[in-house]
Amino acid sequence: MSAPAKVKDGPEYAWPHPHVIGLETLSADDIRHILRTARGFADVSTRSVKKVPALRGKVVVNLFFEPSTRTKSSFYLAASRLSADVLDFSSGSSSLSKGETVVDTAKNIEAMGVDVIVVRHKESGVPKMLAEAVDCAVVNAGDGAHEHPTQGLLDLYTIAQRTGRTDTFDLSGLTVAIVGDIQHSRVARSNIYGLQKLGAKVLLVGPPTLLPGTFESFGCEVHHTFDPVLERVDVVNMLRVQFERITSQAFPSVREYASVYGLTTQRMKRMKKDVVVMHPGPINRGLEIESAVADGPNSAILQQVTNGLAVRMAVLYLVHGAKHAE
Amino acid sequence: MASLTIKNGRVIDPASGLDEKTDVVLSRGKVEKIGKVSKPSGKVIDASGCIVAPGLIDVHVHFREPGQEEKETIETGAASAVNGGFTTVCCMPNTRPALDDDGRIEFVYTQAAKANLCNVYPVGAITKERKGEELAEIGLMAKAGAVAFSDDGIAVASASVMSKALKYVKQTGLPIMQHCEEPSLTGGAAMNAGPIATRLGLGGWPAVAEELIIQRDVMLNASIGCRYHIQHMTTAGGVDIVRRARKAGQPVTAEVSPHHLLLTDEACSGYDTHAKMNPPLRTKDDIKALLKGVKDGVITVLATDHAPHTREEKELEFANAPFGIIGLDCALSLYIKALIDTGTIDWPQLLAMMTINGAELCNLEGKGTLAPGADADVTIIDPNESYTIDVNDFASKSRNCPFNGWNVTGRAIATIVGGSVKMQREAARSK
Repeated sequence: MSAPAKVKDGPEYAWPHPHVIGLETLSADDIRHILRTARGFADVSTRSVKKVPALRGKVVVNLFFEPSTRTKSSFYLAASRLSADVLDFSSGSSSLSKGETVVDTAKNIEAMGVDVIVVRHKESGVPKMLAEAVDCAVVNAGDGAHEHPTQGLLDLYTIAQRTGRTDTFDLSGLTVAIVGDIQHSRVARSNIYGLQKLGAKVLLVGPPTLLPGTFESFGCEVHHTFDPVLERVDVVNMLRVQFERITSQAFPSVREYASVYGLTTQRMKRMKKDVVVMHPGPINRGLEIESAVADGPNSAILQQVTNGLAVRMAVLYLVHGAKHAE
Repeated sequence: MASLTIKNGRVIDPASGLDEKTDVVLSRGKVEKIGKVSKPSGKVIDASGCIVAPGLIDVHVHFREPGQEEKETIETGAASAVNGGFTTVCCMPNTRPALDDDGRIEFVYTQAAKANLCNVYPVGAITKERKGEELAEIGLMAKAGAVAFSDDGIAVASASVMSKALKYVKQTGLPIMQHCEEPSLTGGAAMNAGPIATRLGLGGWPAVAEELIIQRDVMLNASIGCRYHIQHMTTAGGVDIVRRARKAGQPVTAEVSPHHLLLTDEACSGYDTHAKMNPPLRTKDDIKALLKGVKDGVITVLATDHAPHTREEKELEFANAPFGIIGLDCALSLYIKALIDTGTIDWPQLLAMMTINGAELCNLEGKGTLAPGADADVTIIDPNESYTIDVNDFASKSRNCPFNGWNVTGRAIATIVGGSVKMQREAARSK
């Protein structure tokens, strides 16, 4: 395959978005189109020559204002497999009023002749700000507690794969629990939008201090204990407890959290036999999830990482194409 | 100074209950007479079809001087006031350094005199450096001309310090103004706490943080009886507390800003930093309660919280951009839209809230009325002039205003301070 297999969407559909900022603003059709495109890219990683020429001669920049290893590496590899040149621009420091603003930085990088900016920032809203300020395509690699759309997409892909739905990417009838620090989680928000758009039912589970009632406005069931929902779920997505984002103590102790919300082998016994266990990583072993579960047969954690590549290839490919068509 | 006669306007002076078509004669910096003049001497302004009101007063502005002159100076702030029809403003002490001693109070008067545009009164800090720890030199500042005390931008968080401040300020006869925000509930907050903040992934500033401070202060003050004024009120719960306190006869007053009457937290969707203010934009229900509070006289004063910031600062990430928007240039038009156009109150009540009520709050003698002998501060308003707000027409040094592009009706067409015309638009017919 020299270019991705033509994706059939009906005659009218053409991917319209030069930016991917979040799953909130994508339609179910858009999301399925990305996932189908990813399906076409999935086998590239298994070949001996792990490259297609789709973005040959194009430049993708990883503009990371927040430390990240796995997401950045995943985007790096995804862009490389599309034959793009990849520039790594990491800036740990946040901008201050007297220094260069994020928009300044992005415009400077754009001026070097960049086609796609992949941006991560600890503050919500930065990718949207950049998309409005620059001419190239912008992909959100995680902004504050807002969205992490490619993580959401790779989770959707993994769920479809584990439940045999990669032909339709229709998740109707599935019940998915997202467990943990929902309030501070961009992964949770992107998952909620994506899962609901593809037809799944979403349950949120977490302590009231990390799962405020405002999440009911997303149309999710909100639960503050884990045990009562164990039998109901087809997929459980265990979020990482983001110690760095919790501004005041939100639960009394790690021990108590692990006991009430941790995914233990005990709890696994009460869940459906084929329940899919996911985690966006990196895992706090023994806190959100017991090692035996994380490494067990129900775990899709490494599959998520693998799928991340295909999904990110699809997103880079599509936004570049839409930008090109403008 | 030669005399100036404003003819044929609808003269509204809420302080004296006047509302009739007549003439106003200004002479030697004072209001000389209200009544028909057949042969005016000196300059004449024809105000046919217009409202002639006491000069508008804004008891809550930030002019950033000293220390942040890149945002605004007393001169540019005063120009902005005059452009919007305001003849008198009270500027908040959160400058750098803060207005927390008599020398800095005098500095504001000096700069205002140099600018020679409108009356600028300083509000002194309640605590040294606005740290909320030790009382500032309240007595000396009062002597130097501070017209109120506030740590605006932050609340006096300690109940013990606030209790002392209420007792101490009471003896000056001046009011204490509180920025009502319980800080332990607003760490990392960027906007109203609610579904929209949750969706945007931004820190929330809950309504209860405002209500707690109002309630606490009302309780502290019950046995003290200092005049207590709530700045930029935003919550339905806050209105209820003030309503009860006033009913119980407590000396409590409150103000509301145009943006809190016209915008909700929906305006933050899309991360527009021009919708970021402190206290934050709230909900439709809060607006409803604020409008009712205005109508019932629970909220007594209209104040802009004019808060200039540079473009660079407002281009920062939403969480890092500073709070606040500017208001003086277009506030009158916005209040008309929020309160007159909706039938909430009539012109005399609107003007009372923009003139005499603020003057009485800050003991501004000779201000806020057109009674003969009062200072010759007059604002002429064309209630029918429709225009589109354009921030590039503002006289303020800053442009951070979410109302750019709004269509509004009614604006000041002339601003007269101490008998001299400081602003006059073409529409005002001069003879």
